[in-house]
Amino acid sequence: MTSVIEVENLVKSFGSVRAVDGLYFAVEEGTITGLLGPNGAGKTTTIQMLLDLITPTSGTIRIFGKEYKTAREDILQSINFSSPYVSLPGNLTVYENLLTFGRLYGVKELRKKIDELVDFFEIRDFLKKMTYNLSTGQLTRLNLTKALLNDPKLLLLDEPTASLDPDIADRTRQLLMRIQKERGVTILYTSHNMEEVEEICDKVIFIQHGKFKDEGVPAELVKKYGHKDLNDVFLHIARTT
Amino acid sequence: MSGFWPLYIGICLELVSWLLGFNFMKFHRINALLIRHMYLFKRSFPRIMDIVYWPVMDILVWGFLSLYIDTLHITGFNAITVLLGAVVFWDFLNQSQKSVSIAFLEEVWEKNLLNIFVTPLRLSEFLGATVLVGVVRIFLVGIVLSSLSYLFYHFNLFSLGFYLIPFVLNLFLFGWSLGIFTNAIILRFGTSAQILAFGFIILIQPFSAVFYPVSALPSGLQVVAGLLPSTYVFEGMRSVLSTGSLPTALLVGAFATNAVYLILTLWFFARMFAYVKREGKLLKLEG
Repeated sequence: MTSVIEVENLVKSFGSVRAVDGLYFAVEEGTITGLLGPNGAGKTTTIQMLLDLITPTSGTIRIFGKEYKTAREDILQSINFSSPYVSLPGNLTVYENLLTFGRLYGVKELRKKIDELVDFFEIRDFLKKMTYNLSTGQLTRLNLTKALLNDPKLLLLDEPTASLDPDIADRTRQLLMRIQKERGVTILYTSHNMEEVEEICDKVIFIQHGKFKDEGVPAELVKKYGHKDLNDVFLHIARTT
Repeated sequence: MSGFWPLYIGICLELVSWLLGFNFMKFHRINALLIRHMYLFKRSFPRIMDIVYWPVMDILVWGFLSLYIDTLHITGFNAITVLLGAVVFWDFLNQSQKSVSIAFLEEVWEKNLLNIFVTPLRLSEFLGATVLVGVVRIFLVGIVLSSLSYLFYHFNLFSLGFYLIPFVLNLFLFGWSLGIFTNAIILRFGTSAQILAFGFIILIQPFSAVFYPVSALPSGLQVVAGLLPSTYVFEGMRSVLSTGSLPTALLVGAFATNAVYLILTLWFFARMFAYVKREGKLLKLEG
């Protein structure tokens, strides 16, 4: 299988603090991979380095075999990002936001594309609504709609179901699995909900203190550590320094 | 919405870029941000007021003062032309700086920098878009100022002649430099420095010889005045009005100092952007 993301000896220091410390991992094409770890493990910093929002102190990030210093535009044209903690401008309508981001990606036949996606995510009814008026669930769906505008080959999702009620969270998971299945998108996923991770992830990568700890298929990791579920594996790894 | 006019600007920009063979900017991305800002103007009365309010107040205060000075019959001094012309030009400078800064702050206030910089948008395109938002804003201000000057004081801005055009262009360039500089400071120090977007321009007004000649300044401050492109512009404007010919030395001075400021501020902004990316502060500009 081809690796979509390859991270080698990645380091990020903020002053004397090493947020990411020699991290390495790979994400294979067409999989949903969970990037897991306790608070402060370095997940968000890693995701932001994968998006070129933070410059690494040292190490290598290759996405589709390319590096940001030589192919930033190519890489970002083929990936997208969604997080409930990062909302789209509230002072634009839902439709205006989708048009703006579609134009930024240079999407051809943009209105047709938006038309297709708003049905997929069931957001047609509030296209004219101001974004600041949306509920959390609606915002999540809007963020995911935006994230698919450019037909990304790689999606980085930072806790996409955080702060959603169980019903909307379940719908969101079903949507993500559908996206992955129908579009063959590779997804890198962070979450603190281990039940959810077990449900949707093909593989998980555990990091702690900015370092790689372990990786594998969720069921195999549960077996390897001799626990009853992934939540216990998480606790085991998080409490072992 | 499909007929929204900035789309046509975008098409023109794409055409220009194709004709000139530019490959350092994709104009569809600049256009995307330009239209995003136009959406805000379209529905926001306070934003429109911000464009109209200050220039109107300036025109009223300085216009009536000019009318009063004219009644004093000072030989060789046409107060309406000199003072009102200076006010209009000052507002061009003020608005070009403010519009670049506010276009940037709109993204900061909406916490939208992450969203736009995870797209293939380049820094040059981002800055290009803020400058274009400024052009639209200045165009609107120009309409307001020229109409009011003519209606209230029979002062026709366009009667100043074509020689003033390169000077006005220099004001825009200097305004954009100042805007980019204040944006770089906001990047470095966060939104606690956003007051600069609204007040920084006032710092240069006393030294720019807006309403009086450079010779009216103490000799030490004349040196400071000589470092500012705006000084050459306002001196040049008065020279055009009094002699009717183009003061080449002043125009060269304006372009030369502007070139230096543009290079320095673009370099400074790029440095500050690299700094916030290194420090992970791009998403934490508040405070």
